[in-house]
Amino acid sequence: MTVGSDAVKGEIVSCPDCGAELEVTEITPVALALAPEAEEDWGE
Amino acid sequence: MNKNPTVGVLLSRVRVEEKLLLQELASRGVETKVIDDRTLVLPTEHRPDLGVDVVLERCIQHGTALYALSILDGWCVPTVNTYEVAEVCGNKLLTTMRLVRHKVPAPKTRVAFTPEAALTAVEELGYPVVMKPLIGSWGRLVSKVNDRESAEAIVEHKDVLGNYLHSIYYVQEYVAKPGRDIRGFVVGDETICAIYRYSEHWITNTARGGRAENCPVTPELNDICVRAAKAVGGGIVAIDVLERDGELLVNEVNYTMEFRNSIDTTGVNIPAKMIDFVLDVAKRAKN
Repeated sequence: MTVGSDAVKGEIVSCPDCGAELEVTEITPVALALAPEAEEDWGE
Repeated sequence: MNKNPTVGVLLSRVRVEEKLLLQELASRGVETKVIDDRTLVLPTEHRPDLGVDVVLERCIQHGTALYALSILDGWCVPTVNTYEVAEVCGNKLLTTMRLVRHKVPAPKTRVAFTPEAALTAVEELGYPVVMKPLIGSWGRLVSKVNDRESAEAIVEHKDVLGNYLHSIYYVQEYVAKPGRDIRGFVVGDETICAIYRYSEHWITNTARGGRAENCPVTPELNDICVRAAKAVGGGIVAIDVLERDGELLVNEVNYTMEFRNSIDTTGVNIPAKMIDFVLDVAKRAKN
């Protein structure tokens, strides 16, 4: 997948094919990891 | 020399909201430090030296936000929101008590501490009722209880499967919504905008698929939202409001508000208003 040039470390992006949420873990070169699932106290 | 304060953004991950806030800070040339809560170590014995004038809290985990703010507030580091607001808003019972004490209309609520007493509370309010965990967001584990059998099952599940907080039973009257509820966004002393959240489901959170439309901020809506915000300690909060026969009731108050679906919907630059407030807090703290 393509990550925008303005991406920052820690940014959450979605895979356009499967919709999975991924976290940008490195910028140069770009590295992605599966973002963790929501936990009990996550939210607003 | 930079006239603007340095802003620390305490975050877990950069979601759409955090990206917009960081872009807003960058567009103003505000010196900004991103503080990743996953690598943060805070001292307790002395003032944390974060090199910032104010901390904008954007953690995704309530526990992380709460305890980080407790240390920062304890050492008089200006924060948005404050520890008090996080503590109150992060707990539905504490929120309810603040609303009641400040005479802000809210759904009737009962609290019980044993399964038997929880069933008594449910029947006292009358079916249907809503049972909610004290801590949680996005409508998770919120249950509409329509009859005695459902109540018994939910109470048993909470008793057996949940942690101790699930055995503090928070039971609320069910308010039949007209297919929507309202979310008002309060920054300081003003409801800057509001949305209707429409859903076929009784849970209307946009995080759960609810559809957003602009909601005009009437004087009545502004009043109840600002009063709810002040009741929990003020700052930047999102107020969930229910409508019942022309009456407005405050359902919940959110202290790390999400707003990605509300900027285009309302035409209000929510992150800009938030950063105005954050900079104002920092400036007031300096003076």
